Amino acid sequence: MTEAVTIEARHAVKAFGQGEHVVRALDDVSIQIRKGEFFTLLGPSGCGKTTLLRLIAGFEMPTSGTILLDGADITDLPPNRRPVNTVFQSYALFPHLTVAENIGFGLTMQGRPKAEVKARVAEMLALVKLEAMAGRKVSQLSGGQQQRVALARALAPQPKVLLLDEPLSALDLKLRKEMQVELKRLQTETGITFIFVTHDQEEALTMSDRIGVMSAGKLQQVGSPRDIYTRPVNRFVASFIGETNFLPATVVSGGVRLSTGDVVAVETAAQGAVTLAVRPEQVRIVAAEESGAIVATVRMLVYFGTDTHCHLALADGTEVVARVQSPASGEAGIEEGSTVGIRFASGAAQVLED
Amino acid sequence: MAERRFEIARIPGFATIAVATFVMLYLPIAALVTFSFNEGNSVAVWSGFSLHWYEKAWANQAVKDATVRSLTIAVCAALISTTVATLAAMGTTRRAKFRGETFIYVAINQPLMVPEIVTAVALMILFGMVKQATGYQGLGYLILAHSAFCIPFAYLPIRARLEGMDLSLETAAGDLYATPWQTFRHVTLPLLGPGILAGAMLAFVISLDDVIITEFVKSGGQDTLPTYMLGQLRRTMTPEVNAISTALLGLTVVLLTAFFLLTRKRD
Amino acid sequence: MSSAAEERLRRQSARNGWLLSMPALALLAVAAIGPLAIIVIYSFLTPGQYGNVVWEFSWDGWVSILFTRDIFDGTLGLADAHLTIFWRSVKLSILTTLVAFGLGFPTAWFIATRPAQQRAMWLFLITIPFWTNLLIRTFAIMEVIRAEGVLNTALMWSGIIERPLAIIYTDVAVLIGMAYVYLPLMVLPLFAAIDRFDMRLLEAGYDLYASRWQVLRRVILPIVKPGIVAGSILVFVPSLGAYVTPRVLGGGKNMMIGNFIELQFLAGRNWPLGAALSVTLLVIVTAALLVYVRAANRGSNPHG
Repeated sequence: MTEAVTIEARHAVKAFGQGEHVVRALDDVSIQIRKGEFFTLLGPSGCGKTTLLRLIAGFEMPTSGTILLDGADITDLPPNRRPVNTVFQSYALFPHLTVAENIGFGLTMQGRPKAEVKARVAEMLALVKLEAMAGRKVSQLSGGQQQRVALARALAPQPKVLLLDEPLSALDLKLRKEMQVELKRLQTETGITFIFVTHDQEEALTMSDRIGVMSAGKLQQVGSPRDIYTRPVNRFVASFIGETNFLPATVVSGGVRLSTGDVVAVETAAQGAVTLAVRPEQVRIVAAEESGAIVATVRMLVYFGTDTHCHLALADGTEVVARVQSPASGEAGIEEGSTVGIRFASGAAQVLED
Repeated sequence: MAERRFEIARIPGFATIAVATFVMLYLPIAALVTFSFNEGNSVAVWSGFSLHWYEKAWANQAVKDATVRSLTIAVCAALISTTVATLAAMGTTRRAKFRGETFIYVAINQPLMVPEIVTAVALMILFGMVKQATGYQGLGYLILAHSAFCIPFAYLPIRARLEGMDLSLETAAGDLYATPWQTFRHVTLPLLGPGILAGAMLAFVISLDDVIITEFVKSGGQDTLPTYMLGQLRRTMTPEVNAISTALLGLTVVLLTAFFLLTRKRD
Repeated sequence: MSSAAEERLRRQSARNGWLLSMPALALLAVAAIGPLAIIVIYSFLTPGQYGNVVWEFSWDGWVSILFTRDIFDGTLGLADAHLTIFWRSVKLSILTTLVAFGLGFPTAWFIATRPAQQRAMWLFLITIPFWTNLLIRTFAIMEVIRAEGVLNTALMWSGIIERPLAIIYTDVAVLIGMAYVYLPLMVLPLFAAIDRFDMRLLEAGYDLYASRWQVLRRVILPIVKPGIVAGSILVFVPSLGAYVTPRVLGGGKNMMIGNFIELQFLAGRNWPLGAALSVTLLVIVTAALLVYVRAANRGSNPHG
């Protein structure tokens, strides 16, 4: 792939604290973010995703490593000299300024002519559909409106990259869904590279072109939402995004042998003890007698509306969860206590080396 | 809604003592104010309403001079102390803790801790030497002394305001291409404004009220209103002092009310 | 571990902190903290004949705090007059603290248990006298208690007494005056402590069979103790160093340390003694304030 790289971090390390209390918030992270993509940094709180964002914005300096923008080293450049803008988690709107003044702030600071600022502000207000609010103080706006002002303010100076630090976390569920669509629209319309930080896997999966999953200051995996979901590279990624069955296994010729002795056919280059990861929806329930099926006992059925979760126990007691579509009416053909067979959808089982 | 319930926080007698305390707190002040409007020259027996004593005080050249002097000193002291206190507050908040920060904090609050009489005596000795060496006898000494002891009063509200201010606002300004100076000018200062004004008003009130340090530092003929009133005590009390007190009291209450409104406005 | 750039930023931030604080520190050094050094030096010099000092080292300033030299045989004896003044200062300061607590605790409790929207108003009523000129408040109380003042006039008019009560220019007058002017300093920290007090603890106390008095003694007072210590010291410290109130209400005779210090610099013409007394007062006050800082720190985590 030869797409142009906008932002690049090379071996970025950020340590906080001194002496014995040093915490490596960012531990040797290298990443390339392409021009015009919607890139999401996903991970639990404290994984280093916000730190990486602050390094890109220039609010923090890396302990070691470099940050590049369009190939130029910007590691030591202060934030006010980087063509990169941020939408803050708390919005950080200036309470003493009006909506229009907030949006025009960046352009004014750059010393652009008044007429240009005015035109650009009007354009931005239209983009986020807040034309009627131009003269209001930000404290008079609702949470969703403040969010839009924050977006417009950060977009107004036409940055090369827009950084969004969990911008939707303060909104309620309904508004969050709306803003997800809105953000995607803005990104497509402006063509600006978005780097979006979130701990919400669903948000990441639905909005992103690519996702970088982070944990403990390290980048675990980078890929498209589909890649990340179907081909997680390790146990952390598999468990953080969606639900997964982890089955202990040993590599044998032609596949892996589970602790029950059953052999599952998968391709792997790994050796010895591994973990087999299978998503619950990829576990098929078949007749116990079917050849090649793994025998299991139904322990418990949990009804979820469209789906039903079957908690199963393999012969040696290993637990497996299967998600099956709830039947149109009444009971499923499966009952608690009954013996069934399970199979994994072809290509759905992943071998993880621990 | 006359609900019968067990009043959990009630302690018998406390409300009575509290109300009595408020009465005792305000009764003397009320008496002082009331008798400043007394017709006769008693400060205990009412003989009719009159503004006589205010007129008398106003006609008194010594009172006029003292008023002008008090206001001059208070304005200068408020301006100087607020300026240096604002800088110090910016230096000691919202940055990584640095060596000596605690020292600076203690030093700035030192005038609150040392008994005024001790500072007064110390300044009398020091400024006495300077007066002898330079021959300068002007108001400068009083302005200098007042500016110094007003610093903590200006510093504390400004610092409180700064600490309550969202640091991400300045980060946002930097992100939006503002230089550090632009950030200060367009974001920090406008948001800090009410704090600075509050600090300046407190400093003004404190300077206006000072007795002890002024008494020891002033050169001959440099009475301020409080030292003038203290001097009047040697003679018989007349409602004239009440009138001056009431005027000063009124000014203080107005400024304090403004101060509270300013500091409360913030959400 | 940190990079050179981080280290540079940290240094720069610390340097800016110092630079910005410098004007304030300079002003304080010249007109508040610096002069205190002079006091220490003066306490070790020889008194001049007409006030001021002679620049010769001497312990006399410190010795004469407690002792007086007999004019005839030059032997040292205890200076009774000085001891009387010290004793009066300490006694009046302690009594002032007790009176202020007796009135201030119920008042603070009363304010803290008002509905939220009234609380600010009651607090404001306490704060107004706090910021009002000390001299004016002293005048106000003087007009109430003096011989032909409001109190005596009212009592005589109602026939309770025939001759005016002689309160003014006594220790009692000074006590009343100091309790009056320093009361807000007791109420404010007490209020802060009570305001943090979790009223559900009272429910727990009553639930476990405590009477109102037992709840006060065994639950409330121990928990708000840091506030009590803070308020007491905030009243005790200025009382000990009081100058205006004893001067106005005590007449010339009922001096406290503050007035005694003034006397040494004006009429008494013993500057080294005055300086030594000032240093002593400063040390006592600083020690009391250190106790206060510790209490205040404990107060910020009330159940720790």
